[in-house]
Amino acid sequence: MVKILDTYQLDLTIRRLAHQLIENHYPFTNTCFIGMQPRGLQVSDKIIGYIKELYPEVQLHYGKLDITFYRDDLRSGLHVPTITDIPFSIEGKKIVLIDDVLYTGRTIRAAMDALIDFGRPAKVELVVLVDRKFDRQLPIQPDYVGKSIDSIITQKVKVIWGEEPHVVLY
Amino acid sequence: MQLSTKHLLGIRDLHAQDIQLILDTATQFKEVLQRPIKKVPSLRDVTIVNLFYENSTRTRISFELAEKRLSADTINFTASGSSVSKGETLLDTVNNILSMKVDMVVMRHSASGAPHFLAKHIPAIIVNAGDGINEHPTQALLDAFSIREKLGTLEGKKIAIIGDIMHSRVALSNIYLLQKMGAEVTVAGPPTLIPKYIQEALGVRVEYDVKKALQWCDVANILRIQLERQNQVLFSSLREYNLAFGVSKKMLDELDKEIFVMHPGPINRGVEIDSDVADSKQSLILQQVENGVAVRMAVLYLLAGQRETAE
Repeated sequence: MVKILDTYQLDLTIRRLAHQLIENHYPFTNTCFIGMQPRGLQVSDKIIGYIKELYPEVQLHYGKLDITFYRDDLRSGLHVPTITDIPFSIEGKKIVLIDDVLYTGRTIRAAMDALIDFGRPAKVELVVLVDRKFDRQLPIQPDYVGKSIDSIITQKVKVIWGEEPHVVLY
Repeated sequence: MQLSTKHLLGIRDLHAQDIQLILDTATQFKEVLQRPIKKVPSLRDVTIVNLFYENSTRTRISFELAEKRLSADTINFTASGSSVSKGETLLDTVNNILSMKVDMVVMRHSASGAPHFLAKHIPAIIVNAGDGINEHPTQALLDAFSIREKLGTLEGKKIAIIGDIMHSRVALSNIYLLQKMGAEVTVAGPPTLIPKYIQEALGVRVEYDVKKALQWCDVANILRIQLERQNQVLFSSLREYNLAFGVSKKMLDELDKEIFVMHPGPINRGVEIDSDVADSKQSLILQQVENGVAVRMAVLYLLAGQRETAE
């Protein structure tokens, strides 16, 4: 088991992602943040927290998206849905999708399908904490990357939250 | 997480965690139904036949809408106007439909046990949409969903089922479900419409005074007098039934608390329920119908999702 990011590095990485988003999107009038259920929410909550810390006066649109009903692998096993909560219109907005690990790209494909059912966004960007560069199965690339890693198909990447959050490869 | 059963034949076969899973999944589908595009691609590769050997408005439309919202392909079959009138048997009819590659059968039949019979003989997934006087599982699920939505939980709640218990598949499914989820059930109505040994057999309370049942309960589920299933005189007239057992606004106003009123429909206004009750703020009747689509989406989604592992 290899530690890719320790607690300090993880915090630094998420702060950097928040700053990159501020650089491109401030004052967020036409931007919506959407965290991917279930694990992307940990990342998106932190990013939103840091942005609010720096700019407490701005109004942020922040929603949660569950993609269970849009998966392409219903036949290979059942997934239990969690809450989708997008309490604003995404029509014509710039959407920032936030997830923890980008791997095959299938989750993001499903997320884009799901998003389009809520309206027609002007643009969709992707933020991931960890990008597993190899073994992508669809032409999907992130716009903001916390940490890019080389891994093989048998390995797993996990973000462990809790007292001392860190990211491991095993 | 998945259901413990391959078919939905009745609530009797389900475990409490199955019911919990269906209701939780339905909550998410209810959110889908509030979106601008109320459709998800989950069952794109599934074909469903709605096999209705008995009349239905709500259940048939609700199932069909649920199937369409899940992107499934649907075929509708009604016994009238089909080869059933030429003498084709149930099994032959279904086998012919299945040979056209159908994955699921949603079925209503006037004979109790018809879906159980089919489940034994054909490979498709069966969903019971009401069989005779046996069970109507999706109705019980949507009733439970509506109660849970209003009261937060079913555990420890008191539900009175009032009316024609004897001929009601809704009553039986509701009793099984509510007891599995930890609610208390009282059945109320005229003695002729309540099965004699129901207290011993199912562990429900029996009450012959509707007013007392209303005073006891948190939610009253009022059932229709099923004139089409009665071949003997069980009460003297509809008018008299209304006076003795019908639920009126005055009765609700006289209670020292506010209860919710449900009815699975179709309503006989002025018989088992008065119009001003059916249309009051306490009535959940139209919310039940609304929730029906989400609950049926959950049932179809969960059953379809385990096709591969089940076969």
